[in-house]
Amino acid sequence: MGIQSWKMAWKSIAGNKMRSFLTILGVVIGVVAIVVLVAIAQGANVQVTSSIENLGTNLLTVNINSRRTNPLTSAGLDELSQNDSIAAVAPILTTSGTAKAGIVTYDEGSIQGTVPGYEEIRGLSLASGRFLTQPDIDNRSMVAVLGSEAAEEMFGTTDAVGETFTMNGYTFSVVGVLEEKGSTSSGSSDNQIIIPFSLAERLFNQKGISTFYVSASSADQVTAAEYAVTDYLDGLFDGDSDQYSVYNQTDMISTLSETTETLTLMLGGIAAISLLVGGIGIMNIMLVSVSERTREIGIRKAIGASRGNILSQFLIESLAVSFLGGLLGLGIALIAVAVLGPALEMEMVVSIPVALLAIGFSVLIGVIFGLYPANKASKLRPIDALRYEG
Amino acid sequence: MIRMENVIKKYTMGEEEVYALAGVSMTVKEGEFVAIIGPSGSGKSTLMNIIGCLDAADSGIYSLNGTPIEHYSERELARLRSRQIGFIFQGFNLLPRLTALENVELPMVYQNIRTAEREKRAKEALERVGLGGRMNHKPGELSGGQQQRAAIARALATKPSLILADEPTGNLDSRTGREILSLFEEIHEAGNTIVLITHDAGVAARAQRQVKIQDGRIVGEEESHGNTILEDGMEIHCGK
Repeated sequence: MGIQSWKMAWKSIAGNKMRSFLTILGVVIGVVAIVVLVAIAQGANVQVTSSIENLGTNLLTVNINSRRTNPLTSAGLDELSQNDSIAAVAPILTTSGTAKAGIVTYDEGSIQGTVPGYEEIRGLSLASGRFLTQPDIDNRSMVAVLGSEAAEEMFGTTDAVGETFTMNGYTFSVVGVLEEKGSTSSGSSDNQIIIPFSLAERLFNQKGISTFYVSASSADQVTAAEYAVTDYLDGLFDGDSDQYSVYNQTDMISTLSETTETLTLMLGGIAAISLLVGGIGIMNIMLVSVSERTREIGIRKAIGASRGNILSQFLIESLAVSFLGGLLGLGIALIAVAVLGPALEMEMVVSIPVALLAIGFSVLIGVIFGLYPANKASKLRPIDALRYEG
Repeated sequence: MIRMENVIKKYTMGEEEVYALAGVSMTVKEGEFVAIIGPSGSGKSTLMNIIGCLDAADSGIYSLNGTPIEHYSERELARLRSRQIGFIFQGFNLLPRLTALENVELPMVYQNIRTAEREKRAKEALERVGLGGRMNHKPGELSGGQQQRAAIARALATKPSLILADEPTGNLDSRTGREILSLFEEIHEAGNTIVLITHDAGVAARAQRQVKIQDGRIVGEEESHGNTILEDGMEIHCGK
């Protein structure tokens, strides 16, 4: 019976090409939707994770939430950086501002006030010139290091060392230009204007350190470094841990992973609904097919088909339709991902479990929605079915 | 072979009970060729359905091959139809999408007979009814007579103990009808038991024995002598 049943199913699917095509299309669309949408969501996850990892996995970010007078000082940070597990510490003051170079006004820059350690912590490399030095900080020198985009916008070239620009009435001279990093989902780092921390405090009238970066001396020292930082801050804030927060990259990655996982589930769920609709399409067509083929069922029963034979015949038909739709949908989805990904410059990841799940789900849909019509067909009484003039 | 005692079958039409069979008793011996003749509405179709295990009697005894068929489940009835009975219908009832060969193979598919054996037996049966050359044609590409031959081959291929034919010449012109009846005689001579249901006296006369049915009762039996009743030029009534 086995192979013969599949042959029979194939005959009846092939015997009604347009109708079978439309039925299969419902499943195809559902499977394509699931696979592509989940690929987009998982692609986003991969992209976010890798862009965080690009920042350096040894990195800790500390925010001070205190509204009281901030007891944290640069000297304190220097002291913290003496810890064995810590490679470097750099305070950061981020703001936006307008820079003017000749007639060019550049207001898309991200102004970062920091210290020399920042270069190592963020893994920056210079295209030309030098980074900030300790004397720059001590003397509040009017110097700046530019991101490649900032240099390009202001001076029309990345070869901008020695040029000058003004900001808040002060004239800065460019001492270094960073190498191009390219934009990531977390924003471009090529629009930075890096100036000495001490100068930024004065320029933007912001006293105190509200954010600083710590880089651990190695990846397995991250936890030790986090302890050292927490310990130090606890001492500073009398054990009130609400006054500050410490993030490490692993925390950030897992937080973002949770977000993208929710996104994956949501998109997958929406797509699954379209597959469900495809399943209802199968049921609809199978019901039509059963009543159209009432006489055929009668003949089959008269010449010896049992209820089980008829049931399995119709069930196999709906299974074949849904499985075919699932396979076809997967194939189209793979092509779509391969074509759309590069075209939209979007990272898409097709995972094998999701592909198998989509196929499995479509087969399940075939069984569930095929069962009712198949059962209906199998219950027809042969004499009634034979008398039926279809 | 077939033994019926006081078989009753009734239908409810609205509030009225209609007896399709009001106590039928009859027997058919192995190797016999029996015609059941009656006008439409006489109950002969109901009788055929019961003989063919397509329907169950409300009361009375029906036994096929010595097995009383009572309280049989659907599955058991399907099995009986599959192993014991070969049906031949007025409207041929071949599946239009399958070729003649596949149609003949179909009952054997339900008997789980292996492909090679199935094909061999189907080809033999088709050759026996004179359709050896057209076995890969679909019913739509065959004439009425050829379709009925294919249907007969389908009934023969399973080697059933009983061949049950319901107005087998009803949809055929008189010449083709005579050819099909000759085929029935050949099959009978080869040792098959045949029950043929008809309203046509000319057709019934080709059987060994005629059982007359009217208003759900058997009203007479008659042995046919020879095949002289149906002569060339006589008409077999076509259609219903």
